[in-house]
Amino acid sequence: MRLSPDELVFWQAGAFKLNATIVYTWGLMLLLTAGSWWVTRRMSMGLTRSRWQNLLEIVVTGIEHQIAEIGLPEPRKYLGFLGSLFLFVAAASLCTVLPGYEPPTGSLSTTAALALCVLVAVPLYGIEDQGLRAYLASYMEPTFLMLPFNLISEVSRTLALAVRLFGNMMSGAMIIAILLTITPFVFPIVMTLLGQLTGMVQAYIFSVLAAVYIAAATRPRNNAPEPANGR
Amino acid sequence: MDSMTIIAVASILIAGLTISFGCLGPALAEGRAVATALTALAQQPDASATITRTLFVGLAMIESTAIYCFVVSMILIFANPFWNHVIALAAGK
Repeated sequence: MRLSPDELVFWQAGAFKLNATIVYTWGLMLLLTAGSWWVTRRMSMGLTRSRWQNLLEIVVTGIEHQIAEIGLPEPRKYLGFLGSLFLFVAAASLCTVLPGYEPPTGSLSTTAALALCVLVAVPLYGIEDQGLRAYLASYMEPTFLMLPFNLISEVSRTLALAVRLFGNMMSGAMIIAILLTITPFVFPIVMTLLGQLTGMVQAYIFSVLAAVYIAAATRPRNNAPEPANGR
Repeated sequence: MDSMTIIAVASILIAGLTISFGCLGPALAEGRAVATALTALAQQPDASATITRTLFVGLAMIESTAIYCFVVSMILIFANPFWNHVIALAAGK
């Protein structure tokens, strides 16, 4: 039983293995980039636009609205990073309807890479917003005794992000594989539907958690109240 | 019982126990979370977007502990290093 798409190797040259994870990741990147370029070739600035441009605008403004609701004051600054996270994980899950495809997020390598991106991005945005000294001082809040716990929480948050996404995607694929050997007629399709739902929820959760971590790293300067305060 | 049997028995038992405890706790916790969210929705329908979003984020955090238990149990069954080591020893003999 194959645990992850890493084990399916298409081509090998010495130590470099072209496995299914790499192929499908690059395929997804090609799909998202080429699709967006194709749709925005001739963008119209007026009130009438093509339906695909309308779709992309809905997606972009929707993500921007969600980022603003989390409590980040300038959503445009973070839209590239957070939007790309959401779109990549969502597209990775949605393409499961294509035959022969396995989501690359079902491999711990991909999810660890995405979690590492968040681990690097949070201090970067925090330093850009508050300055290096103020950001480093925020690790000492509320007392300097909390410094090791804050550091550990950074690491464990990243680990949790990676394992959460990996576990959800891997379990979906594994349940479908097991059902295909037991009742191959209708139940795998039902489970694929459920897998789509959890894939979209996990994409949303991944990007929302990244947004919350960034908001926590940039919040103290704005002295903004808690996001639950009457938004 | 030789070590191979002990490893096999322990792995199988603990894999089953891990997944059962891992499903029990989060299921109870998620039930409480959804119940409280429904109460809050009934009291303040205007805040439904915030409540729903916070509910989903909270459910994902609770679910992740269940996922940890699932991953450990999968490792015990499919990628068990102790079992692989013992099998390699037995095959080498």
